[in-house]
Amino acid sequence: MGKLLAVVLVLIAIASAVPILMHTWWMPEDISTHGHMIDHQMSETMAESGIAFVAAQLVLATLVGMFGDKKDGRKAKHLPGGARLVVIAAVVLVGTEVLALGVFGKDAWAEVYFKKPPADALPIQVQAEQFGFYFRYAGPDGKLGPMHPDKIDEGNQNFFGLDPANDVDSRDDIVSASLVIPVNKPILLMMHAKDVGHSFYVRELRIQQDFVPGLDIPMHFTATKVGRYEIVCTQLCGLGHFNMRAFLEVKSQDDFEQWLKQQSQ
Amino acid sequence: MSSTALQPGQGSQSPAPALSGIWVAVAAITMSFAAFTSSLIIRQASDDWRHLVLPGILYLNTVIILASSVTLEVARKRISDLAAMRSWLYFTLGLGVAFLAGQAFAWHQLRAQGLYLASSPNSSFFYLLTALHALHVIGGLMGLAYTIRRATSVAVWRVATIEATAVYWHFLAALWVYLLLVLRTRL
Amino acid sequence: MSDASAPVVHQHAAPSKFIWKYVFSTDHKVIGKQYYGLALVSVFIGMMLSWLMRFHLVWTNAAIPGLQLLSKNGAPGGVMTPEYYLSLLTMHGTLMVFFVLTNAPFAGFGNYFLPIQIGAEDMAFPRFNMMSFWVTLVGFLVLIAAFFIPDGPPISGWTAYAPLSAVGKDAGPGLAWGQNLWAISIGLFCVGQLLGSLNFIATTLDLRTKGMTLSRLPISTWAWFITSCIGLLAFAVLLPACVLLILDRVAGTSFFIPAGLVISDHLQPHSGGSPLLWQHLFWFFGHPEVYIAIVPAIGIVSHILMASMRKPLLSVKVVYGSMITIGFLSYMVWGHHMFLSGMNPFSALVFSFPTLIITIPATIITMIWIGSIYGANLRFHTPSLFSLGFISVFVAGGVSGFFLAQPSLDIYLHGTYFVVGHFHFVMGVAAIFGILAGSYFWFPKMTGRMMNDTWGKVHFWFTFIGVYCIFMPFHYLGFAGNVRRYSSFVDDYLQPLLPVHKFITIAALITGAAQFIFLFNLIYSRFKGAPASDNPWDATSLEWSTTSPPPFDNFGGRHMVVRHGPNEYGVNGAHGDFIMQDSPEPEPAGD
Repeated sequence: MGKLLAVVLVLIAIASAVPILMHTWWMPEDISTHGHMIDHQMSETMAESGIAFVAAQLVLATLVGMFGDKKDGRKAKHLPGGARLVVIAAVVLVGTEVLALGVFGKDAWAEVYFKKPPADALPIQVQAEQFGFYFRYAGPDGKLGPMHPDKIDEGNQNFFGLDPANDVDSRDDIVSASLVIPVNKPILLMMHAKDVGHSFYVRELRIQQDFVPGLDIPMHFTATKVGRYEIVCTQLCGLGHFNMRAFLEVKSQDDFEQWLKQQSQ
Repeated sequence: MSSTALQPGQGSQSPAPALSGIWVAVAAITMSFAAFTSSLIIRQASDDWRHLVLPGILYLNTVIILASSVTLEVARKRISDLAAMRSWLYFTLGLGVAFLAGQAFAWHQLRAQGLYLASSPNSSFFYLLTALHALHVIGGLMGLAYTIRRATSVAVWRVATIEATAVYWHFLAALWVYLLLVLRTRL
Repeated sequence: MSDASAPVVHQHAAPSKFIWKYVFSTDHKVIGKQYYGLALVSVFIGMMLSWLMRFHLVWTNAAIPGLQLLSKNGAPGGVMTPEYYLSLLTMHGTLMVFFVLTNAPFAGFGNYFLPIQIGAEDMAFPRFNMMSFWVTLVGFLVLIAAFFIPDGPPISGWTAYAPLSAVGKDAGPGLAWGQNLWAISIGLFCVGQLLGSLNFIATTLDLRTKGMTLSRLPISTWAWFITSCIGLLAFAVLLPACVLLILDRVAGTSFFIPAGLVISDHLQPHSGGSPLLWQHLFWFFGHPEVYIAIVPAIGIVSHILMASMRKPLLSVKVVYGSMITIGFLSYMVWGHHMFLSGMNPFSALVFSFPTLIITIPATIITMIWIGSIYGANLRFHTPSLFSLGFISVFVAGGVSGFFLAQPSLDIYLHGTYFVVGHFHFVMGVAAIFGILAGSYFWFPKMTGRMMNDTWGKVHFWFTFIGVYCIFMPFHYLGFAGNVRRYSSFVDDYLQPLLPVHKFITIAALITGAAQFIFLFNLIYSRFKGAPASDNPWDATSLEWSTTSPPPFDNFGGRHMVVRHGPNEYGVNGAHGDFIMQDSPEPEPAGD
């Protein structure tokens, strides 16, 4: 039974590792300026934890296979070095891993959260609601008009509760169901929740951020590749959570300006 | 069915479990009120707080509950004379009931001002904290009543009972002083 | 076997009437079995809910025959609606985390065996003990009632984030009375746990028999003691959270709900509350809760491993220290559930550090186990197989924690199946393995009969291979960015992942079916199992010094005197390679 367990442990370790090593199901291509830091951190962590996982299973397998009760009356004995060896090994191995990951990992986090958005970042408001995302651009006046919750009218597509009749700044605001942005330009999202908690996730951009009702949360990034990408909600928000999605369209600068002009008409 | 706890002196040589139990309960209750205090502090980040004038009777109630701690200590010192101890326990019980009556009056006064549970965050926390404290005081009154019952006969009397009751009751008095400070400075 | 000069003390007579003996019993052994029975019912309900969920994810539009009987609105014609999927998800999580993982290893085995292992006749407060079970049972019934109300159970997950959980029915089905029942149920559960912790702590401190010093406590008792300390402070915070949630829902307060929310076209009449406050309160409880789930299993597995290896661990004191360190650190890491929640990003780094550090004591414990196998005389029976399997799955669950502890990686992995894989491995597999190991190990003591070891081994192999087939692919799905809590997979990028989900579902159905082998073994052996001796495993702790099952007062009037530590294995004992704790033999000379 011990030998069988040993063999199964080895097989499990190998079977678990293979899809990871072969990147059978993996992260999509990174299209952001900061994503490479996250991807690098991911690979580092994968290497360290992968080795730890496989090594632990193999050592367990070996010992289980070797030290079954042979019923020969011999007494059990201890590992030379005893607990002390084990504790020192654990502290040194895991301690260094932990320090390395923690110290180097903070740079990727800082890149996203501590760095201030550049002054020329394009501001776009994102509103999450049950069950969709809407995006608002400031228009030529560069100002977003105020939102009035009591004026929200889904039926008439007034998702943001704008009052263009009374608020001058709202008149040229552009509301879109897709997040259309120019490539290689910093974008500043202002994230607002209309009803309950939601979250904004674009895998290729390597960004994710919760929407918190009552808070307006800034998030900035720069996309480096033209294309169409899915934005999905990752915070349980009700029955339509599975279906809550929008598209990020990264366009060339010219195409983006063209699109903007079309929206204004 | 009577408790099966081993008597002190049998088994291990540590204090009776009633005392360990009550200190554990005090730890848990402290933690709960710490959670409520944190909630208050976090909630105060919003700007919808409207200053609440505490009903004056709260200060009288504070004196009453502190007095009940004193009478309880007097009772504890009279442990050699069960009858005298019982009398002082009755005083304590009476003061406890008076405290609760005073708290009920304080709520009445707030209601008269039109302040109910959901009127403002201030009133929400006022009612919440005072009601939960009062609930624990009711528990304390039950403990006092139990102690009085046990004190009627030497055969069933155990020192641990009044020791544990005293820890709990003094804790409630101290908790009230703390809550009063929070209400006074934050609401 | 015990000190014949100690006085024979009968504290009380055993009750004879059925209601006092089996229903409102104050006997810790009956209460332990009641908790275990409740956990058993909960786990099978929870497992079947997961089958329904997994089935729906793969065959989304198929009718599940009979499901419409459970819920007319949730599954018209047997086809599950998206909201019903979320209801099942919420109930699955709530049942499993609370009514299984907190009940079985801690309240179940702990109640039964802690007093016996310390040589006491019962818990310190038997009536509080009885109350704690009954409060928990009422909590269970209140939760289950949510299945039977028209609107169904809540859809906000076991985490019940506000404002979704706080605003009421505008936010979705199940969020009116379903959510109320949930909050009441969990509030009652907190009360039950607090009473339980009180008992465990007072009993361990005060009712140890002569010679049972703290250092001679078996490792499983240490684990229950540490767990009760963690639980005391954690549940004392969840209870206030439930109170505040209920007030927001029914009394119009605004602890968690800010102003200006428009839900189902209604402007909500609340203002000033903070959704993050709920998250802080919940996770301040929620993180220690996962250690409440695993620490008893660590104790049980260590206990069984030593009896199975015929040697003590390299150092039990190091394991005690590690368990205590884990308990202490568990209160400092709750924010790692909230890296992306909108809290101050600097806090994320502050929480990340202790989260990474907590790996160290967990690794120390794991390496002590593995290192202890060197030189062992391992006996392979069902309890030891599950204990060895525990080590394997604990490592699997632990390494995925490395990823999630880092905020920068959490940016990508948060809210994906990677998280679901991580917590299922450590809780849904490892903690369950601890419960199963304990079940096979202690069944003889509790019933006087052995479980069938052959069928136990069959159960083990199906389960061990099965759980890897189910939960390892969750991590791959996570790397691909597969979002969790989705009732079906409609996004473009998820389509290529559907075959993985199919594989998982089939593995889950097979592995789940195998659990009935355990259930049948349990029930059959209870009545027809081979008779068990007092000490079928040649173990040392005090529960093996009494009959199987123990008499009403645990030791038949004997006043136990302890002369040895709990881990005297691999020594020259009078009856074999071990010395029992109350044996009158002298300590073995030398080492």
